[in-house]
Amino acid sequence: MKKIYSVLVENRSGVLCKVAGLFSRRCFNIDSLAVGETDDSAVSCMTIVSSGNERTIEQIEKQLNKKLDVIKVKTFDESRSISRELMLIKVKYNKTTRREIMEICEMMKADIVDMSKSQMMIQVCDIPEKTKLFIQMLASISIVEVARTGTLALPKCSESDT
Amino acid sequence: MIGADAIIKCLEAEGVEVVFGYPGVAICPFYNSILQSDIRTVLIRTEQNAAHAASGMARITGRPGVCAVTSGPGATNVITGIATAFADSIPLICITGQVDSELLGSDVFQEADITGAVESFVKYSYLVKNVQEIPRIFKEAFYIANSGRKGPVLIDIPIDVQNAAISRFSYPEEVSLRTYKPTVKGHAVQIKKVVKELEHAKRPIICAGGGVLLSGGKEELRSFAEKHRIPVVSTMMGIGVMPTEHPLYYGMVGNNGKAYANRAMNESDMLIMVGARVADRAVSQPDLITQNKVLVHIDVDPAEIGKNAGPTIPLVGDARNIFMDFAQQEFACEHEEWIEALDGYRSTMEKKRTPNPAYVDPAAFITRLSEKMQADGVYVADVGQNQIWSCGYHIVKEGKFLTSGGMGTMGYSIPAAMGAKLADMSKQVIAVCGDGSFQMSMMELATIRQHQIPVKIIVLKNNYLGMVREYQHYTYKDQYSVVDLSGSPDLEKLSAAYEIPFLRLENMEKAEEIIDAFLKEDKTMLLECLIDPMDLVK
Repeated sequence: MKKIYSVLVENRSGVLCKVAGLFSRRCFNIDSLAVGETDDSAVSCMTIVSSGNERTIEQIEKQLNKKLDVIKVKTFDESRSISRELMLIKVKYNKTTRREIMEICEMMKADIVDMSKSQMMIQVCDIPEKTKLFIQMLASISIVEVARTGTLALPKCSESDT
Repeated sequence: MIGADAIIKCLEAEGVEVVFGYPGVAICPFYNSILQSDIRTVLIRTEQNAAHAASGMARITGRPGVCAVTSGPGATNVITGIATAFADSIPLICITGQVDSELLGSDVFQEADITGAVESFVKYSYLVKNVQEIPRIFKEAFYIANSGRKGPVLIDIPIDVQNAAISRFSYPEEVSLRTYKPTVKGHAVQIKKVVKELEHAKRPIICAGGGVLLSGGKEELRSFAEKHRIPVVSTMMGIGVMPTEHPLYYGMVGNNGKAYANRAMNESDMLIMVGARVADRAVSQPDLITQNKVLVHIDVDPAEIGKNAGPTIPLVGDARNIFMDFAQQEFACEHEEWIEALDGYRSTMEKKRTPNPAYVDPAAFITRLSEKMQADGVYVADVGQNQIWSCGYHIVKEGKFLTSGGMGTMGYSIPAAMGAKLADMSKQVIAVCGDGSFQMSMMELATIRQHQIPVKIIVLKNNYLGMVREYQHYTYKDQYSVVDLSGSPDLEKLSAAYEIPFLRLENMEKAEEIIDAFLKEDKTMLLECLIDPMDLVK
């Protein structure tokens, strides 16, 4: 079972290490992890995608809540959230592949953000499945390097205030 | 005023009376400032024992014990003591000196990343980088250590921060921590549910863990059990919640516990687990306690509930508060047949030992000793066969039983007994260890002598690491590997070297007079009991 944890933490040194250490010590998986400041500079948001059985999923949330630097933990399914991943992918191109790459970018709504005579860099911002698919599409055209942010997610908008 | 003075002021504000520790350059400003205070310092002989002693003290006073050591090896040595306290949820404040904050991270002499190293054994840790933060951090640390699920908090303070001038000292009245608000009050709906189940239960039982003692709720649990005639068993850490000879108490559960206690727990139709972790030694098969019964799990730490066994009714809160709430509920329940059955198990299932008359029978000896001990005496058991015999045969009256249950740290008993004695000099305090565990902390005989701490020490000597030997006896068919303790010192000569009076008991013949002589005066004494090397706890 896959779960997304949106973890608000105190923006202090060592907190990432404590949260990551908790996962490794208790043998919980981390499928992806993304960290960044929130609108409040004293608070960071960690988006952690993890998987496991029901008991593990529950324990992860409880153990996270026990950490004194953790302000709030929200757990949700992918279906109840909007998730995005940002990817930068650098590829080699030549006259024959250039057109094909551009077509793929168009279809996948990706942007070419940098270019030289032999390489181009493409930015993809989409749900994690699409970024994965994009890599597969370009795999045959020689990828130079890839950087991904990991999943960012927030629960879908609700009618209530919180 | 400098940072070190401020630390002492904080300790005074928290009512700290004793600090156990070992100095080094990085903690010297602290140890210099403490000279101006009435706080007593005790020079321990190895840092691990500073944490054990502080832990022993905490378990008597109910307030965090304090230890202070230097950076690098001083800090790393204390880790086992911290981990021991963490496993048993004992409140500690551990102050470590650190190298100059400008040099942090450059691997200078005696630098160790102690906050990083202890992360998984502390409830929280601080690295103090600004001297002005000292009052707030100490206020928070004492609050964190002794609230919710208790535990050790480490405060690492670089030497330059200890020496820095602090403009104005004011100790905060209150703590404000947005991330930490432990739930100590039980949910009213859940409490009602428990009561409703109790009304229908035919075979209810309470299993009390160390959390009951930590919450100070043993009286509340006891009167609830008595009022509704509910049988009680305990985990190792829960020994002392009920007097051993209480008619409703059916002993310690677990693979080292009483067979009738396990049977009682397994046959119950409603199990109220309170302040216990459902860990492997107490409950080897968690599935068994969820099958065919209503499992109520009460704990102040929500993460413990459902970690090892999924309860029917989870109930988060402090054990004392919850039993006070239970006391408000009016209901009747009837299960005299169940109690009769349990009484039958208790009278017929006690394992018969066949002691070798050439040696001291540890079971009979411990029982006789505890009968003669002061009713409110403190019995500190070490780890090994001695611990299992102590759990099985020590009779708790109104006193306390201390041991390292979760971590099983050998060498715990002597330093913990020192801490317990210094916490309350009026109490009789006895450390009971084996010859293996004794040698893990025998350096503390010097501390006992130097600081005149009248703890009594019993060494059950069998010339083996008995618990491991027993395991090898069963698992490897007597192929003993690295368990022979030949080379151990002559304890009579060793005692003489520390000017500690010595007694020896070779068999049970003179047990009465030797125990009387041992307990007679409130003075340190070492009693060696010769145990059959082949004796087994099972």
